[in-house]
Amino acid sequence: MKNLVALPVILLAVILQTSIVSRVYLLSGIADLPLVMLAAWALQEEVETAWHWAVATGLLVGFVSALPLLAPVLGYFAVVGLAQILQGRVWQAPLLAMFSVTFFGTVIASILTFVTLGLYGVTLPVGDVLGVLILPSVLLNMLLAIPVYAVMRDLARWVYPSPEVE
Amino acid sequence: MALALGGYFSSASNVFTGSLIKLQTWFSSRFVAVQDFITAPRDMASLRQRNIELEADNAELQAQVIQLQQQVGETQILAALVDFAQARPENRYQAAAVIGRDPSPFLHYVIINRGSNDGFLRGMPVVTDQGLVGRIDAVIADAARVQLITDPASNVNVRLQNAETEASLLGSVTGDVALDLIPQDFKIEIGDLALTSGLGGGYPPDLIVGQVVNVRSRDFDLFQQATIQPVVDFNHLSIVLVIVNFNPVDIGPLFPVP
Repeated sequence: MKNLVALPVILLAVILQTSIVSRVYLLSGIADLPLVMLAAWALQEEVETAWHWAVATGLLVGFVSALPLLAPVLGYFAVVGLAQILQGRVWQAPLLAMFSVTFFGTVIASILTFVTLGLYGVTLPVGDVLGVLILPSVLLNMLLAIPVYAVMRDLARWVYPSPEVE
Repeated sequence: MALALGGYFSSASNVFTGSLIKLQTWFSSRFVAVQDFITAPRDMASLRQRNIELEADNAELQAQVIQLQQQVGETQILAALVDFAQARPENRYQAAAVIGRDPSPFLHYVIINRGSNDGFLRGMPVVTDQGLVGRIDAVIADAARVQLITDPASNVNVRLQNAETEASLLGSVTGDVALDLIPQDFKIEIGDLALTSGLGGGYPPDLIVGQVVNVRSRDFDLFQQATIQPVVDFNHLSIVLVIVNFNPVDIGPLFPVP
């Protein structure tokens, strides 16, 4: 039953992404709210369902976006994988882990999208993609990282209450 | 009594009444001061309450003003779209509101709030009163996804109005649009209008796309290139028109498969 909380949260994140976040440009880059949300969720110690969230988010974003379905699914898998690797290893510094996952996750997801689009015949100039798209997107995602991490931490504590609290 | 009636006591009377009035004034002013002191906090509280009420009224009125300004803006857009539709009676239009953008920064698509329930089909051109926006790429019952002409995968066949030549309009990841495949022997000038040519069957002819702002012509290139300033402001798209009586032609099967 705890997994069901994913549905409204992911739906809300994708709706906010398409209706608001996608309209806020920095050069040609935009923030990726579902990616940051997934990174924050996967970094919570109590959470065991991050992979399910990645699949659901990837499928929903793939449905809404004109991107090939493979790109968001692989990108979000990479973000969750990175978060699982870093979880607990950046000792007593969850925000540092959050920033690291957001930074590298955004870069990896963008490269995966770039490669996937190339495979589908959409060739993009590497210089433009890096300079006016990936780097501004990374910056915007980093700005979102702290508030999203705080929200997802509260959500994780609500979904998985610790024994002391009970 | 006779002396008083005769006015012999008037000066003494004036002194007496003057003293009384001064005393009365003194008491009265002190009373009012004390009364003000006692009742002032109550007035302050009532004034604060009144201020809160007025601030709430003000906020409500400001919200109404914003709402009305938004309605006026929408009405102006709709009026312009109606004018545009009336000027081109050969096409049938359906208006739709833009409700979102593609979540990926790599692509330039918008999502509109009408779909197959309103007769929208894949490939239908989308315009505003200013010019060409793009075409429908995917449809569900109550929404559709529109590929903008600024999308990197977009390719529109256009003609230049003054040069009377045809070219290919390509989008880019930065949102800029450029003309390619312009023959070298045609002279292009800055300010030339680019309109859809209708070639390929993807778009109806003579929809305004943009204006030439820069030309790149080099002797060793096969074709000239030009940068186009689109007439549509893609960052502020709110309402668009879909041409519902246009049936796009798929010429893909005509190309030989290697």
